[in-house]
Amino acid sequence: MKQLTIISGKGGTGKTTITAAFATLSDSHVIADCDVDAADLHLILDPAIERSEEFYGGKTAVIDSGKCTQCDECVRVCRFDAVKDYTVDPISCEGCGVCVLACPEGAIAMVRHMSGQWFISHTRSGYMTHARLGIAEENSGKLVTLVRQQAKLIAEREKKEYIIIDGPPGIGCPVIAAIAGVDLLLAVTEPTLSGIHDLERVVGVANHFNIPVMVCINKYDINPDNTSKIEGYCSENNLKVAGRILYDPRVTKAMVNRKSAIEYPCGEVSKEVTRVWEKVEQRLKHRENQ
Amino acid sequence: MIISVASGKGGTGKTTIATSLALCWGEGLFLDCDVEEPNAHIFLKPHINERISVGIPVPEVDESKCSFCGKCAEVCEFNAIVVIKKKVLFFPELCHGCGGCSYICPEKAIKEVEREIGVVERGRSGKIDFIHGILNVGEPMAPPLIRQVKRHINSGTNAIIDASPGTSCPVVEAVNRSDFCLLVTEPTPFGLNDLKLAVEMLRKLTIPCGVVINCADIGDEEVEKYCKDEDIPILMTIPWDRRIAEAYSKGITLIDALPEFQNSLSQLYGKIERLYKR
Repeated sequence: MKQLTIISGKGGTGKTTITAAFATLSDSHVIADCDVDAADLHLILDPAIERSEEFYGGKTAVIDSGKCTQCDECVRVCRFDAVKDYTVDPISCEGCGVCVLACPEGAIAMVRHMSGQWFISHTRSGYMTHARLGIAEENSGKLVTLVRQQAKLIAEREKKEYIIIDGPPGIGCPVIAAIAGVDLLLAVTEPTLSGIHDLERVVGVANHFNIPVMVCINKYDINPDNTSKIEGYCSENNLKVAGRILYDPRVTKAMVNRKSAIEYPCGEVSKEVTRVWEKVEQRLKHRENQ
Repeated sequence: MIISVASGKGGTGKTTIATSLALCWGEGLFLDCDVEEPNAHIFLKPHINERISVGIPVPEVDESKCSFCGKCAEVCEFNAIVVIKKKVLFFPELCHGCGGCSYICPEKAIKEVEREIGVVERGRSGKIDFIHGILNVGEPMAPPLIRQVKRHINSGTNAIIDASPGTSCPVVEAVNRSDFCLLVTEPTPFGLNDLKLAVEMLRKLTIPCGVVINCADIGDEEVEKYCKDEDIPILMTIPWDRRIAEAYSKGITLIDALPEFQNSLSQLYGKIERLYKR
């Protein structure tokens, strides 16, 4: 069983569009939506939830006003400015518990709270694991790890060949959790200066964790010069370009119709995405033989 | 007034709106708080004249004083420090810099040292005071760096904050305590789904918001319907235009590429000001 994560650095380059298309194209996989704070894949794959669980991520400090003598010790030790007027602002609280250690009255307790939900679902393109992080909650990295663990259990049980992971944008903690230990990354970029800048950073993260990367250039015709620049960057850095996809408004129409860009005919785009999947699959299989 | 620009979904045009709004304003602070993937400098091309390393305090254990009692590992909520027999293991990427380990250590064997997680750069773009944070590659935690970027806000100054996509801790840190949040979205199922999450986040933070619909003719009517139902003002709509996409790809701001937007951007600013004062 091999794991693939679709990443981008920059948001809105087409990660979820590509993931949904791969879900249609592959015939042996589990899908994991690891963009847990702005998940969108369910809008295309229309999952029927089979199992739903609560996610208890971090803890938050709570002050018992009856025991509090307003000595200010908690205010002094808190590095996150979370204590205001002898109550803890749950949004600023990092859950470190140093205030509990410092309080001479034993008036502070750490309370674990539900910070999201995760799901195992069935879709027309097979099993899918996904989650919803609570509003303004932390610990997205932990939730990503959980979604991946569940996908792995299903893939092992059902003897599926691939776990296809839709990653979050950026390069921070949820991205690191979504790529740790996978076999291959597909970085979806666009030929804009921002896209190139962000691609270079996310490739840096991949190198940092020693994970191979393939690149897919989406909407390549928006700026052919920048597309050449990306191709130049890729060849200098030994990254294989898996494909170049045209800008086509039918891709948005597919999304509005809740279909993947394979299920809804998108002309050249559908064909090129199919070729990208073939190259990615070949690379995943090749890794198996190494 | 502090205006933050967020979106939920990525790639909807946050930086396009934030940079052009700043140019329209012509002065004040511009804070790029998307420290994982900062892009505003590509458009505002600031002359950087200050570079500050940002770190978090992490433990350094003096093993000659350490009794290997394991208290530090016991109190660390992030599993960043582990004691195995006569060895203390520290995992820097997991450390939040709370100071719990050094606080509890009975032998006073732990001192704290700064570990760099990124840099803050400051410069000027015309009359705009430009500041952004750049998270070091491989570092997981953006919020401490975002806090340092926001430290440059003085009371009374006008500031525009460009946030990262999503709705979790880096976005909360970026938009928190702003006076108004502009949500840039696109009229698609993904745009709407993530807009709803962003609106819920702002309601929790009690920050008033308004919406800019970008690429206004590419999808369906659902975003507009949602905004009407929820009584969220739509402050500006921008049609899909290949010229805007091409200018963006070259790092040219909306206002420089299509000066006819000057007017609607001034109006956008006026509308925000009126909503804020109300």
